[in-house]
Amino acid sequence: MNHLDLLTFARGSALNWALIIFVAGVVLRFFEIFGLSRKTDLARPRTDSPGSGWRTMFTRSIPPQGMLKREPVTYIAGYVFHLGLFLAIFFFAPHIEFFRSITGLTWPALPSALVDASVVAAIVALAVLLAHRLNNPVKRMLSGFGDYLAWTVTLLPLLTGYMAYHHLMLEYTLMLSLHIFSVELLLVLLPFTKLFHTFSVFVSRWYNGDFFGRKGVAS
Amino acid sequence: MSATLEKGLNAFKEVIDTPIASYFSSCVHCGLCAEACLFYNETGDPKYTPIHKLEPLRRVWKQEYTLLGKLGKMLGLSKQVTDEELSEWEPLVYDSCTMCGRCSMVCPVGNDITYMIRKMREGMSASGHAPEDMKSATARAINIGSPMGIKWPAVQAQIKHVQAETDIEVPVDKVGADYLVLMSSMEIINFPEYLSALSRIFKQAGVSWTLAPDAFEATNSGIQIGASDLAREIVSRIVVAAERLKVKCVISPECGHAFTAIRWEGPNLMGKPFGFEVKHILEVLDELHAAGKLKTEGKDKRPLTYHDPCQITRRGGVVEQPRRLLGEVAEDFREMPDAGVMNWCCGGGGGVSANSRAEPLRLEVFKVKKRQIESTGVHTLITACANCRIVMEEGLEHYHMKVEVLGLTELLAEYLVEGE
Repeated sequence: MNHLDLLTFARGSALNWALIIFVAGVVLRFFEIFGLSRKTDLARPRTDSPGSGWRTMFTRSIPPQGMLKREPVTYIAGYVFHLGLFLAIFFFAPHIEFFRSITGLTWPALPSALVDASVVAAIVALAVLLAHRLNNPVKRMLSGFGDYLAWTVTLLPLLTGYMAYHHLMLEYTLMLSLHIFSVELLLVLLPFTKLFHTFSVFVSRWYNGDFFGRKGVAS
Repeated sequence: MSATLEKGLNAFKEVIDTPIASYFSSCVHCGLCAEACLFYNETGDPKYTPIHKLEPLRRVWKQEYTLLGKLGKMLGLSKQVTDEELSEWEPLVYDSCTMCGRCSMVCPVGNDITYMIRKMREGMSASGHAPEDMKSATARAINIGSPMGIKWPAVQAQIKHVQAETDIEVPVDKVGADYLVLMSSMEIINFPEYLSALSRIFKQAGVSWTLAPDAFEATNSGIQIGASDLAREIVSRIVVAAERLKVKCVISPECGHAFTAIRWEGPNLMGKPFGFEVKHILEVLDELHAAGKLKTEGKDKRPLTYHDPCQITRRGGVVEQPRRLLGEVAEDFREMPDAGVMNWCCGGGGGVSANSRAEPLRLEVFKVKKRQIESTGVHTLITACANCRIVMEEGLEHYHMKVEVLGLTELLAEYLVEGE
């Protein structure tokens, strides 16, 4: 199999399977969560606060009073990583072309140099977060195989994407294939690791916001 | 597997609901909850990280309610929860968590960790892994009627005393009164000022109220220990009395967890919405004040600060009321750092103060309160929870601090305009 065949496989059946597992996995995980159901809260809410859960989905991204100062590394590296990854996934011209090919939707891209910078920032942030995880006693205690696996499969697409774009190390077609395979690995593992927070974070934040909202406390 | 362990694990399975599944699914092990926790902050020991306190519950969720976890269990790859492990976790779930709710405010993925600790205690207590002191307090609450073993005659003695002191009749069992007043054991034993202050304020405001001999105790040990069946029985006494006396509203006293027990958990334990309202005393006083029925004269010259009880403020939404009331009677009111919904717990909530094993740790973590109070420079501390009050009095004594602690109701009564 030459490099071009490999790329064809990466873009073809490998991608299809990865997407199928990804979608099925996400659906399964949501079934697991919502299948449990919950009891209706019979206590009269303090104020009729519609939308508290929905608001908290977004407001929880802002560090509460005093927390940024306590844990600057987690917050700042966390922001840089998430933002960098988001820009790279959704605003790199070839990625938009890929999304257009499967959904028909398109939107303006960011200049490649800017995406390139955000990828570098995200990689640096990931490195900082790993060092912090290994050094901070709380994070180290909480961490297990799943945490390091999630870190690795998140790093790989960023790293291979960066190397493919700059034609580093390996021949371009081969590196691009590796980039696509790494994305597929990420897609397959996402529903079954802590990376599922990509989706479930909106559910957990909603419940938190709803709970505090009923009591008349903005969260 | 022992029968009690099986009961405990079944209770774990039963309490896991959609919110809990979403919380465990979302946790990224960032450790920020530790930064919000009183016990981690003051000791620096990572084992006090809030989400870590839930580890056995998390594994039960994974093994029972996720496909991968079930596969792992079938193949014998997953670690089962054992009695030894629950024994090890008992101090983490009871001694080092006051269910103050700070971590729930901070978690970036929105996990309500406090909600999960409350639920996890159901399995801990069902499996026999609750602290001895809390078991006996709960037994007293069920058998005698109060966790501190107080019976109605003790309240009657206090009523007599209050009537002699104030010359105001304390109404008992008055059908059709607007308000049913509850108290906490702590108030009955240690702070008779509360009932006296309330009698005077209510007389002045023309409030129709009553006490009930079968429902004077507001606290609920069943909730602290995590035994919903017992919690239901304790709450039902109040519901029965409130319905018998046809009151419009039940007043939760200056006690944080009692407020959570009646106001938020009560209807859910009973399985039906209440036909009456439940308000914290500060809400009632604030309403009387707004209606011009609570008039005060003069202001306290002493510099004062206010300690927000967790269950009243962060978990109860009573934030502005005490500040408005203090504004009427305090000349020099100073907020402590992190006041309001991010205030630090006194260290004795959630049953911790009833658990003598936890005392050394509780006194150690009081250091944060000490710093908060010291930064305001005051020698008078106001609060609205008798449990916070006794816990803080002990902490202040332990650290040789000359700070007086007062209940807000009592402070208001000092400046009440009477006899108009």
